[in-house]
Amino acid sequence: MAGIDHAPPPFFKQGPAPLALLTFYIAISVALFVVDLRMHSLNLVRQSISLLVDPVQRIAQTPGSLVDYAGSYLQGIRALEAENKELKHAKLTTAPDLQRLAQMEVENERLRKLLTVKEREKAQGQVAQILYTARDPFSRRVIIDKGQQSGIVAGQPAIDDAGVVGQVTRVFPFSAEITLITDKDQAVPVQVVRSGQRSVIFGLGNGQLELRYMPANADVQVGDVLVTSGLDSVYLSGFPVAKVINIERDSAYSFARIFCAPIAGVENFGELMVLNPRNPLPPAPPESRSRNGDNGNDKGLRSKRKRPAKND
Amino acid sequence: MQANHSSSRILLPVRPWFIFFSLIVALLLNLLPTAHWPGVPDWVALVLCFWSVREFRRVGMGWAFILGLLMDVADGSVLGQHCFAYVLLAYLTASLSRRILWFPLLQQALQVLPLLLLCQGVQLAMRVVVGGDFPGWSYFIGPLIATLLWIPATFILLLPQYRPLEQDPNRPI
Repeated sequence: MAGIDHAPPPFFKQGPAPLALLTFYIAISVALFVVDLRMHSLNLVRQSISLLVDPVQRIAQTPGSLVDYAGSYLQGIRALEAENKELKHAKLTTAPDLQRLAQMEVENERLRKLLTVKEREKAQGQVAQILYTARDPFSRRVIIDKGQQSGIVAGQPAIDDAGVVGQVTRVFPFSAEITLITDKDQAVPVQVVRSGQRSVIFGLGNGQLELRYMPANADVQVGDVLVTSGLDSVYLSGFPVAKVINIERDSAYSFARIFCAPIAGVENFGELMVLNPRNPLPPAPPESRSRNGDNGNDKGLRSKRKRPAKND
Repeated sequence: MQANHSSSRILLPVRPWFIFFSLIVALLLNLLPTAHWPGVPDWVALVLCFWSVREFRRVGMGWAFILGLLMDVADGSVLGQHCFAYVLLAYLTASLSRRILWFPLLQQALQVLPLLLLCQGVQLAMRVVVGGDFPGWSYFIGPLIATLLWIPATFILLLPQYRPLEQDPNRPI
């Protein structure tokens, strides 16, 4: 019986066992999930797949945009006239500020030079159209119609006519993804206009924002406007971000809970402006020796802290 | 193959291009700007579920994985999220397919409901564990609607396989 081949005939061959296949695919999925989330090193994979998906996505968007177009086409001439009138009025009311803006910028620059303060960076950028909201229900993002082809890079801030909308987080060849400031844990460094206090504002995920790490007795009132403080290398200073709508001061906690609503039309469709990336900030000064040199028993911590200083 | 195992109506064999076409159409439906309407089902999950119940030899976990990858990129979600859910769905439906097909359509839909809910629940669990934002319970309306759509989906997707109804007395089947 030695010569008989015991392999089953080919029509019984069904490939690997389903459970083995399941384990294999699940392992790959989990690996992808972890690598994408923790190491952010799958951008190339994402970009190449997006080249496949993007055309399908644009086709799927056409019916909606056609309906929008038809709607705006059929809009009455009276509504358009009213809008035109309103816009002219708005233009006239902002005219005095705008006309003096150029002169004031020059004056500001000269005064800053006199004070030997670093010159203010100019805000420049490119206008982009919001294509659609990302489908992912766990986050708040929108897709715009400019991408690598237009020189968009991850990290650029985006604003609309009223204030900060968000930040570019992923760039594809012909589109880019903007994470809105209302996305959960999306942080923007801000400053209270009235008191000049600085803090960081975080998205809550429900369309609101929260000003965190402000002491319970902080000088913040309902109605205060928060603008970007510019204390990062992302947002230029002075753009409106949010307005305080509710404050809960509870003495049991050391921080007040301050809820804010975004000023920009964050969740609306339309056009926005992607600002050019800021000039890199000068490197932070090295930590002073006296602060980490007094305690003898945190040797491990100290050596860890010193290491980056050596590289500088 | 029959419409279900207890019916006597025999269907034509499925055409592979039609499976492919229906999955592409499902992908297109998923990409429509309807994501923020409550209760819009995950069309890809529904069609994938359907084909892996009926044709688990043709549409298996490999297809599920590829579709999952496409959906991940299209959604802007974390890579691997839809892959995981769809692969799990394909595996479970394939292993239950012999049972599911013995039931009439309404009961088939009831058997499919927990699988679709699981598909959605796995994604929710994955994202919430890593700090995602809980989208609210309306997230689970989609699978319920998809369950109701199981009956029309079965009718439409089996349409190319029905034979003409006229009887030929000389034909053995």
